[in-house]
Amino acid sequence: MLKTFTKGGVHPPENKFSANAAIENLPLPKQVVIPISQHIGAPAAATVAKGDKVLVGQVIAKSSGFVSANIHSSVSGTVASLDAVLDSTGYKKPAITITVEGDEWLPEIDRSLELKKEFSFTTEEIIAKVSAAGVVGLGGATFPSHVKLSIPKGKKADVLIINGVECEPYLTSDHRLMLEKAHELMVGIEILKKALGVEHAIIGIENNKPDAISYLIKIASEYKGIEVQGLKVKYPQGGEKQLIKALINREVPSGGLPIDVGTVVHNVGTAVAVYDAVQKNKPLIERVVTITGKSLPKTGNFMVRIGTPISQLIEAAGGLPTDTGKVVNGGPMMGKALNTIDAPVTKGTSGVISFPEKEAKRVPEKPACIRCAKCVSVCPMGLEPFLLNRLSQRKIFDRLEAEKVLDCMECGSCSFVCPANLPLLDYIRLGKGEVNAIIRARKN
Amino acid sequence: MNKLLAVSPSPHVHSGESTSRLMYNVVLALIPALAVTIFYFGIGALVVTAVSIVACLAFEFLIQKYLLKVKPTISDGSALITGLLLAFNLPSNLPWWIVVIGALVSIGIGKMSFGGLGNNPFNPALVGRVFLLISFPVQMTSWPLPIQSRMAYLDAVTGATPLAIVKEGLSKGEVMSQIADKIPSHMQLFMGAVGGSLGEIAAFALLIGFVWMLITKVITWHIPVSIIATIAAFTGILWLINSETNADPIFHLLTGGVMLGAIFMATDYVTSPMHPKGMWVFGIGIGVLTVIIRVWGAYPEGVSFAILIMNAFVPLINRYMKPKRFGEVRKV
Repeated sequence: MLKTFTKGGVHPPENKFSANAAIENLPLPKQVVIPISQHIGAPAAATVAKGDKVLVGQVIAKSSGFVSANIHSSVSGTVASLDAVLDSTGYKKPAITITVEGDEWLPEIDRSLELKKEFSFTTEEIIAKVSAAGVVGLGGATFPSHVKLSIPKGKKADVLIINGVECEPYLTSDHRLMLEKAHELMVGIEILKKALGVEHAIIGIENNKPDAISYLIKIASEYKGIEVQGLKVKYPQGGEKQLIKALINREVPSGGLPIDVGTVVHNVGTAVAVYDAVQKNKPLIERVVTITGKSLPKTGNFMVRIGTPISQLIEAAGGLPTDTGKVVNGGPMMGKALNTIDAPVTKGTSGVISFPEKEAKRVPEKPACIRCAKCVSVCPMGLEPFLLNRLSQRKIFDRLEAEKVLDCMECGSCSFVCPANLPLLDYIRLGKGEVNAIIRARKN
Repeated sequence: MNKLLAVSPSPHVHSGESTSRLMYNVVLALIPALAVTIFYFGIGALVVTAVSIVACLAFEFLIQKYLLKVKPTISDGSALITGLLLAFNLPSNLPWWIVVIGALVSIGIGKMSFGGLGNNPFNPALVGRVFLLISFPVQMTSWPLPIQSRMAYLDAVTGATPLAIVKEGLSKGEVMSQIADKIPSHMQLFMGAVGGSLGEIAAFALLIGFVWMLITKVITWHIPVSIIATIAAFTGILWLINSETNADPIFHLLTGGVMLGAIFMATDYVTSPMHPKGMWVFGIGIGVLTVIIRVWGAYPEGVSFAILIMNAFVPLINRYMKPKRFGEVRKV
């Protein structure tokens, strides 16, 4: 009997078309657009000016606080402009545009493919290297990784959890990474273990990736204290709290963090990026991105330089089919719909999905809630989405707070399952925003 | 690339589940019981069911179109279910005009006056049934005998239900061993060869419907099981205390509206609690009230009343019995 989390969850069709497509390098674009805020926290501060020559891996925007991250140039060339550009959120955000000239890397970056297993860095050195390399959570949340490695005083981790779940349908970038960079992943995990001072790490993988599970079990046996655990497929198992519950049966308290139950969770992509940062001095300048969709001519997984226009990725997949109605950055459950495919790939872009017209639109009717309670039964946080939806519509924010609206992680299971196709999560998001604002006002 | 893309918040996929799929699966689940009742009650069952369904659909359509002036939603299947369930709660020789009144009360008062689908606190079909029971007590408690009244409608041969026979016998001072040969065997009860409301008679057919609704994930098991378990436990205890003055638990489960009520009436989405903890409270409440009415009340049968009374508690149950939140634990 495979492990999984206990409360709620749904089974959206997996549609992992690109699971067998090996990672290919996407050709260098002519120009990259690199937003200075690709992470949760304070935007970085630009350190280059128009006309500056930059090399691959050079810092072009500096972290501006503890919860912030460095931004590096992903290409060599000339800074064309520092301007506000439409990014994948649909808003104009400050970004650095660089015209590509050749492919010259900073000399200290080790570009060889040779595996470097040994390291003798201290915790502080590791954190400093990870921070300098601008590594953020690559599962999609883009939380600066060095913050997660800096355990607050009085707390202690006893196990490191590595998220290889990839529970979002369609996406396969983590899957391919586990198959193609298994050793780098293992060394990355060793480094993370060392930084956190833990002996034991568990990699959680859903059993719709049996090849990755069996392969990693084999590779992990060459390393000490790394366990691979297959998990029953259920969305949103890749949610931090759900994964912790599934793997070690601990429940992160409401409003708390994984460290409150003695663990830290990192994505497989992040672990590989940590390996690159620490062992190869290579900052986070490229990542694996899945390009997929039901009617795309070709689906695949590409190693893409940060800042590459998404349109170029789509070109590599044969171009947008004429029936396309929506393009999503991320997974179908939590990703963001793009208003332009010229938006750049950022650190958080795990995949790009095109949806045909007929799947792109919601049913526009205004049907009634029949109180079937399906939303309650699928909520992984034990909330009552139908109630939060109503309270939010009626602006009863104190009750909304008491009903734990802030525990909602916006996984979308409620909207997914609602037979009336109500936009439950839309209203819950609105309510969360209001409640957050009220709490901030109360503190001031 | 000038193509306009649709932009909307996540999630971008949907399960494909729909209100009408749920509703029509309930209708499918009711088909076995309908077939059995047509087999036993023939023409009468057909007439009452048809009148009830047509009247419910018509009243919903007319009220929505001309009174509320909204787009009628009769195709969503909910009025069809109300019509079927109302018929299932009526005797097969009920004059058609009484059925029409029942449909008007069910749809008009039970459902539309509260704001239509999703807003009614009480099960509409039961509102109609209880209204008729109180307004037309004679017509509502004359029960055609199965099989022999197949070809008759208003002139069907009638008799008492097993529950009424037991109630009357016990009140005259008889004991169960004397009453035993006047009532059908458990097997007859299970197969439905007894007098009673249209849809309540055949436990096996209703159980087939239950299994169908579980397979198609229309309902969960909590409400039916909690009701049936409560009634079995409560009547079981009474029977163990004195088996001469109390009918056995299997008799209680197989007679009257227990199966119909537990599987189809109490599980109505709109009027039942929203999560398992509340469902247990709701089910236990219905079970206890049913037995109290049957054993100590004036009516031989109490499932309808028990469900309506517990319907009234649903908002309270939902308000104060919350599902266990994730992370609602002692800080570690």
